[in-house]
Amino acid sequence: MKWIMIVTVLVTMITNAAWAKPSHFDPPHKATLSSRASAPALTFRFRNIVDDRPLVLFDSMHVYTNANGDPYIITTFKYYISNIRLIRKNGDTVYLPESYLLVNAADSESLVQRLSDIPPGRYKAVTFIIGIDSLRNFSGAQTGCLDPARGMFWTWNTGYIFVKMEGRSERSTAKQNRLVFHIGGAKTPTNTIRTFTQVFPHTLKVKKGHQPQIDLAVNAAALFRGKTQVDFSTLNFTMGGPNSVLIADNYADGLFRVADVKK
Amino acid sequence: MIRTIAILATAVLVGISFIDVPPVHSLQFPQPANFPPPVYDYRENPLTDAGFRLGRQLFYDPLLSKDSTISCGNCHQYFAAFANLDHEVSHGVDGCLGTRNAPPLFNLCWQREFMWDGGVKHIELSPLNALTNPCEMASSLDTIVARLRSAPGYPEQFDTVFGSPEINSQRVLKALAQFTGMLVSANSRYDRHVRSEPGGLFSAEEEKGYSVFKADCATCHREPLFTDLSYRDNGLDSIYSDPGRDTITYLAADKGRFRVPSLRNIALTSPYMHDGRFSTLDEVLEHYNSGMRHGPNLDTILQRGNRLGIALDRDARKALIAFLQTLTDSLFITDKRFQPSE
Repeated sequence: MKWIMIVTVLVTMITNAAWAKPSHFDPPHKATLSSRASAPALTFRFRNIVDDRPLVLFDSMHVYTNANGDPYIITTFKYYISNIRLIRKNGDTVYLPESYLLVNAADSESLVQRLSDIPPGRYKAVTFIIGIDSLRNFSGAQTGCLDPARGMFWTWNTGYIFVKMEGRSERSTAKQNRLVFHIGGAKTPTNTIRTFTQVFPHTLKVKKGHQPQIDLAVNAAALFRGKTQVDFSTLNFTMGGPNSVLIADNYADGLFRVADVKK
Repeated sequence: MIRTIAILATAVLVGISFIDVPPVHSLQFPQPANFPPPVYDYRENPLTDAGFRLGRQLFYDPLLSKDSTISCGNCHQYFAAFANLDHEVSHGVDGCLGTRNAPPLFNLCWQREFMWDGGVKHIELSPLNALTNPCEMASSLDTIVARLRSAPGYPEQFDTVFGSPEINSQRVLKALAQFTGMLVSANSRYDRHVRSEPGGLFSAEEEKGYSVFKADCATCHREPLFTDLSYRDNGLDSIYSDPGRDTITYLAADKGRFRVPSLRNIALTSPYMHDGRFSTLDEVLEHYNSGMRHGPNLDTILQRGNRLGIALDRDARKALIAFLQTLTDSLFITDKRFQPSE
């Protein structure tokens, strides 16, 4: 008779589970971001810089100079990275599902983020999208770091702002000498999705009991040089469109750099 | 004996777990027989009666606007097929005037893009612009979410619909889409006519108008939605004061183009065009007949030979207007489910 009791309990458990409160509205990426004690986690540390100096917001002591020689300060610096993949030593690619990270220079907690459930192994490189993939960019209402309330979403031309830099420069001809660089757009001919890839300086080992970490240096100066040297007197405002493509082409190479990996 | 008890216990336990289920009933999306399958898939946002009711309550709640004076229903009036009757452009908080005519809301689940310029690419995101635009409801998602969290009744309703009382922008937008997506208008006399249902008879005049329509209008105002959902310059201006679709695509060829609006319920949704410049259907038809302005992106379909526009004599216009009246869905605009609940 014991088995009947077991079946009874099982049936009850399954039924209760099936009728539990619906879970389809839970943010999908929470599953990845929450830490599960047993599976190794990988920490991403973001260090925002302007060339060889730390990036400090709203600070008259931190006046930077762009490649064109225009002085500026930074008041906002936010960006998304997503669709992170790790490349194994043997060349295999490991896709980290639902990896969407929003970094805000004004929020120190966002500078260190952990992704859990990382398949153990030895990795030689990382690749990710600077911004949000086209599919998710045009999906319905999201939550978590993709909540439109996070200030990184355009409501009039829906889609995410991939990189947002605001500041001031005496060279800017805009009202109050403002600099407004909101880079986004995922459709031709103004697609600003760019992919970053870099081989690590040495192997990243992910295994239980270790605390692997990727240190990324994020250089805001990269927005304003490269293919197009930006003169703030002629380009000080963009919210998508051709000028955003210029900036994205600029930062595709220089915005991110893997400074170190730790095991 | 023990076996019987065990089975009974199972039954009781299963019964108890069923009682756990919140009193939510799923709703069926009303797919009209003469429509293609919808674009929006409610599997991502399961339709329930509680979700629909929550969406309706949000739609009619002025709490969503900055100064709690305006609800979605202010500019989207059910008796005007959810357009804004007699308003050329929408009026926001503090009497602020927008730049474009509030579009009617119906059959949204068949649209991939929204607004006159198609800038919004998903039904769930379509309220964001109106909610946050400083010239419309002028609020912010953080404010709306905070107000709803402390508003009596709302956390309980979100709990019923979503399985926990948590309120966030995603849930607000999904609930709104449960209401707005259900605004299906497919019961006009025209619909009964093409479905060969009772009450679908056309008069000789309406029949004639339908023929004119099929010959001269149906390419852009394609049945059964009465729009091909494309963006066109229909000859309103030769110099574009509103760049229209170009704002979204950054393509010079899209300057002065706007989404082809549906002609369903057209008799109810005056005034017409993206800026509400025409107040009667007569004026609209006269525009196509004789009022074309030749901007650089004027649609080629309106340039046949040496003539701009569509030749419509008085009889044709009269018949067309008679036909357009058959697109009025009076069941839709009187449906109590779509009106503010008492």
